[in-house]
Amino acid sequence: MVTVLKPSQIGGTGKNLLEMRGKPLLQVKDLQIHFNTSRGVARVVDGSTFTLNHGEIMGIAGESGSGKTTLVEAVLQIVRFPNRVTSGEVLFSPMGSTPINLMTLTQKQLRPYRGAHIAYVPQGSQNALNPVARIGDQLVVGMTDHGVKESDARSRIPALLDAVGLDGKVARLYPHELSGGMKQRVIIAMAISLEPELIVADEPTTALDVNVQRLIIDSLHHLRDTLGVAIMVVSHDLPVHAQLVDRLGVMYAGQIVETGSIREVAKESLHPYTEGLFSSVPQIGTERVRLHGIRGATPSPIAWPEGCRFHNRCPYKMDICDKVPPVFTTIDEGQVQFGNKVRTIGPNHMVACHLHAACRPKGEGQ
Amino acid sequence: MANEPLLQLTNATVVFGVKPNQTVANRNINVTVPADEPKIISIVGESGSGKTTATRVLLGLQPLTSGSATWRGKDIHALSTKEKREFRKDVQAVFQDPYGIYNPYYKIDRVFNLAIKQFNLTAGGKSKNDLILEALQAVNLRPNDVLGRYPHQLSGGERQRVMLARAYMLKPKVIVADEAISMLDVAVRAVIMNILLDFKEQLGISSIFITHDLSAAHYLGGEVLVMKRGVVVEHGDVDDVLLNPTNTYTRLLLESIPSPDPDEGWALSTQDIMDLSKEAGMSTT
Repeated sequence: MVTVLKPSQIGGTGKNLLEMRGKPLLQVKDLQIHFNTSRGVARVVDGSTFTLNHGEIMGIAGESGSGKTTLVEAVLQIVRFPNRVTSGEVLFSPMGSTPINLMTLTQKQLRPYRGAHIAYVPQGSQNALNPVARIGDQLVVGMTDHGVKESDARSRIPALLDAVGLDGKVARLYPHELSGGMKQRVIIAMAISLEPELIVADEPTTALDVNVQRLIIDSLHHLRDTLGVAIMVVSHDLPVHAQLVDRLGVMYAGQIVETGSIREVAKESLHPYTEGLFSSVPQIGTERVRLHGIRGATPSPIAWPEGCRFHNRCPYKMDICDKVPPVFTTIDEGQVQFGNKVRTIGPNHMVACHLHAACRPKGEGQ
Repeated sequence: MANEPLLQLTNATVVFGVKPNQTVANRNINVTVPADEPKIISIVGESGSGKTTATRVLLGLQPLTSGSATWRGKDIHALSTKEKREFRKDVQAVFQDPYGIYNPYYKIDRVFNLAIKQFNLTAGGKSKNDLILEALQAVNLRPNDVLGRYPHQLSGGERQRVMLARAYMLKPKVIVADEAISMLDVAVRAVIMNILLDFKEQLGISSIFITHDLSAAHYLGGEVLVMKRGVVVEHGDVDDVLLNPTNTYTRLLLESIPSPDPDEGWALSTQDIMDLSKEAGMSTT
């Protein structure tokens, strides 16, 4: 099906992203995005920290209203709302360059980064293709706008479409002639057209049928493996994360509460919220046991609960939980007690939960 | 006629448009909701497979081109005013979008008050307040969380539960839930599905559950119909159909479901999926 492409065949930038794999690309430190609303300050993203390496696929999971979309919008610096209060750092270091804090740049200074270094696939963007322009022309516009000669841009179309598993003749078609899955691939082809180091995709598989969803996941893997591009995927769909990402960050009430390799977060979860999420997914072929879900509802960003924000929904609640917020920190490798279970912890597994001694602030022993 | 099935579709066919541009949304659909024992019947299929048209037929909202749709043995569209009223009470719907269903100008209480008034539910001797509290309890909602509030103050899961509470109050025989969980978060989905299971076990309410999520259909158990382009390609007990599918299309859907366990990859390669798609007559993209 899809032939393996050399990176230079796509963007013509000569960047070799494959060599950079494993080196830090994006570091987000204590990010805060607050909105002043008529009812008070909405702390939509309220202290999130994570690192994304070159060539890595990282997922962000969480309930609706947990701040996932605002978090990625902050990475792209496209949060638009009056009176926003933002702090923290978004350090971006493409190809090992000196990290630049995107938060300090003006929109004009950000322009060269967009598309060429960070591409964005917004939620539902497959429905935003221009209905009266051919697919090929729409691919070209994105490239010429960033200074690629039109003839060069045209010559790259077959390779771009091929990279996402589409036939070259799709370039001559109009959006209405394509299925939902094909349109999503066209959008991904646009995202890679300038050979960015990072693609940020918000709910790329939502609203697609399972068989199409499967092929999109395969496409994203293929791009990461052949081009070395890093991908940040926001989705509420845990099975999609389980099959797509290398590392997962779980977001609750504006904060990332657990990060680690997808295997560890899914199977050796250290946060009761993560455990609740994964145990809510029905699975065919396994014994039919009653799923419990997570009781209660997502709190409001105007009044997050005191202490640990999950305490009022948590089955393991202790005295300390509604008083002191837990610290988001790395748990030492090895065996860890979690409720009445034992978890095996590998490197770089971070969590914020009072069940782990490392997360309790000093002097707050229990 | 005690043993007449509650709801029954026999060779139900719905054709939209005129020749030569006809779309067959449903072709010869057969479904039976029996009267003697409660049952959950799931209708699964991808978008455009005719699931929603089938729902509309079951609710008596969509006239048939041919075939029949009956309620206790009588044509849904030929019911007398009194029977129609009974049908509207006994068959309750929960729709996909928990946001679009409410009038934003009215408080949640109105949803209950209207139903009580329309069907004169206080005739049984219970006060309006008791009826509402009992209904909210059945779906695990705290009265303070929903009563006196406006729809926009509730989460999607709470809104769907209010719809189920309203259905509970009417003590229907059948609940038709069209993609009722697709817009909800995973933890809330489980809660909604559990309510349907409890309604069946404890109250004897049958459900017709329309979904594109095969694992949800499996969780609910009962019977499943797999639809593809308006046709039922496989129909039977959930375990038989989903654990040993005989139809290529059912297999394609099943093999494409991502496992929540990252250690368990897919059994089939991308190429296999594309081959299966071709075999099932689906476009490969």
